[in-house]
Amino acid sequence: MIRPLLAFLLVLLLGSAARAERLIVSVSNHRVTVTPNYSGEELVLFGSVEKDATTPPDRTAYDLVVTVMGPHADMVTRRKERTFGIWINTDYRQFLQVPSYLALFANRSFDAITSPEIARRQQIGLNNVLLMQRVGGDFADVVPNDAFRSAFIRLRTQRGLYREDPSAVTFLTPTLFRTGIPLPAEVPIGTYEVEIKLFANGAFIGKTETAFEIVKVGFEQFVATTARQNGLIYGLVTAAMALMTGWMASIVFRKD
Amino acid sequence: MQLYLPIADLPVNVFLVLAMGAAVGFVSGMFGIGGGFLMTPLLIFIGITPAVAVASVASHIAASSFSGALSYWRRRAIDPALASVLLCGGVTGTALGVWTFTQLRALGQLDLMIALSYVVLLGTVGSLMFSEGLRALMRTRRGALPPRRTHNWIHGLPLKMRFKRSRIYLSVIPVVVVGIMIGFIGAIMGIGGGFILVPIMIYLLRVPTSTVIGTSMVLTLVTMLFATMLHAVTNHLVDAVLALILMVGGVTGAQFGARAGQKIRGEQLRLLLGLLILSVGVRFAIELVIQPSDLFTIRELGVSG
Repeated sequence: MIRPLLAFLLVLLLGSAARAERLIVSVSNHRVTVTPNYSGEELVLFGSVEKDATTPPDRTAYDLVVTVMGPHADMVTRRKERTFGIWINTDYRQFLQVPSYLALFANRSFDAITSPEIARRQQIGLNNVLLMQRVGGDFADVVPNDAFRSAFIRLRTQRGLYREDPSAVTFLTPTLFRTGIPLPAEVPIGTYEVEIKLFANGAFIGKTETAFEIVKVGFEQFVATTARQNGLIYGLVTAAMALMTGWMASIVFRKD
Repeated sequence: MQLYLPIADLPVNVFLVLAMGAAVGFVSGMFGIGGGFLMTPLLIFIGITPAVAVASVASHIAASSFSGALSYWRRRAIDPALASVLLCGGVTGTALGVWTFTQLRALGQLDLMIALSYVVLLGTVGSLMFSEGLRALMRTRRGALPPRRTHNWIHGLPLKMRFKRSRIYLSVIPVVVVGIMIGFIGAIMGIGGGFILVPIMIYLLRVPTSTVIGTSMVLTLVTMLFATMLHAVTNHLVDAVLALILMVGGVTGAQFGARAGQKIRGEQLRLLLGLLILSVGVRFAIELVIQPSDLFTIRELGVSG
């Protein structure tokens, strides 16, 4: 009993010692309830960078990149072309298990924080986030300026579901920071992962994670869930409702 | 007052939708039609996806045709035998229609096919009705008698059956085919099909006017109820909240429309209806031809995790 506990503590100590900085974060609300008249809100993420004895003394300025990812889903992007004078969906790409909500925040521009190489590896910026596509029989993420990829990001950004803001993170003191996480009205429900990556002098020095959950409540959500899970009952109830309305109308407006 | 539509995933103004339902109900009451061919396009124009619009309007039409069918039943203006034969075809056609709807949706061509069907069908029916109404109007101006009805090739088909209440002796083949056709296009386009069914029954099947509207309403009612069920089970696209608002607006508007319709002459009514149908078709055609503001669209295939 004691031994594994000691081993665990040792690993914990060594782990934090090797990292030299510790990130402590929290979001203002771990469970966001979306009511029918919800019109969007903003969560606040705050935290601090904890130094310890092994932190190099010359390390004073930190950079942070916060990535928020909503539940993953498959999506199809289609492109219209003029064929025989009318606009028809001709070509499409399937995006596999991409986040339905994606936000990237930093305290200054991404290319000022780190090198393009590290940014690509750490998926910093919408251009560097991995968006897996199925291209014919292959699975790959294509170049950032691919027409379908950029159209996908543009459309999601227009709906407020994808965003990047390199000035959203503010340092209140050299080690204390906060950032807002805007959640639009049509925010998808599910679990959201938040990843906070710490950089110093262009080098990646550690990360931490947290999460929050978005749940919808109310009559509308009940209807939506029933429609998806009990299609038959939902259909029967709707059909009965139609008959009831029709019957009531014929009684109310009876002209005898 | 804003209300969030759960399936359409869109906030709408309740009074706007209620007014739309009442306006379409007024028109449908005036012309004695279901009004689906007006309701579905209107919903598409306010931003509801064509798939949800088609599926939800089905239940709205079911409600209005049920209240209509009840009053026709009381007046004994429904031919039960003719309705049953039509329904055999109608139910088959609806099932085929919903299946095709699902396939087209998976291929990403549903919106296009809905728009194309509207252009072709409404364009054809609208122009026919308009020109017919124009001719009839000119005839009455000149004081000439309408042309005498004659039997056509349809009355030479085998498998004949006697439809007592309509007092006709007719092959079941064309009746079933008409049922299949109406069921199929109804499920894909979100229309009851009354505006096509009634002329077909009068001009091709020679069903007397005393039973034609009541009987066609029974077909509309059952195919639309069936379409609602199938759309709910297979595609989960029926928005019950939207449908309820439309129903309430629709059945109310229909009562006032019916009163207004009695004040207008038959030929003028047909001319107006033809013009209305034609303009909805043209609106869809324009939409297809002009370049869309965005060439790309995204569809989510379901969230997991």
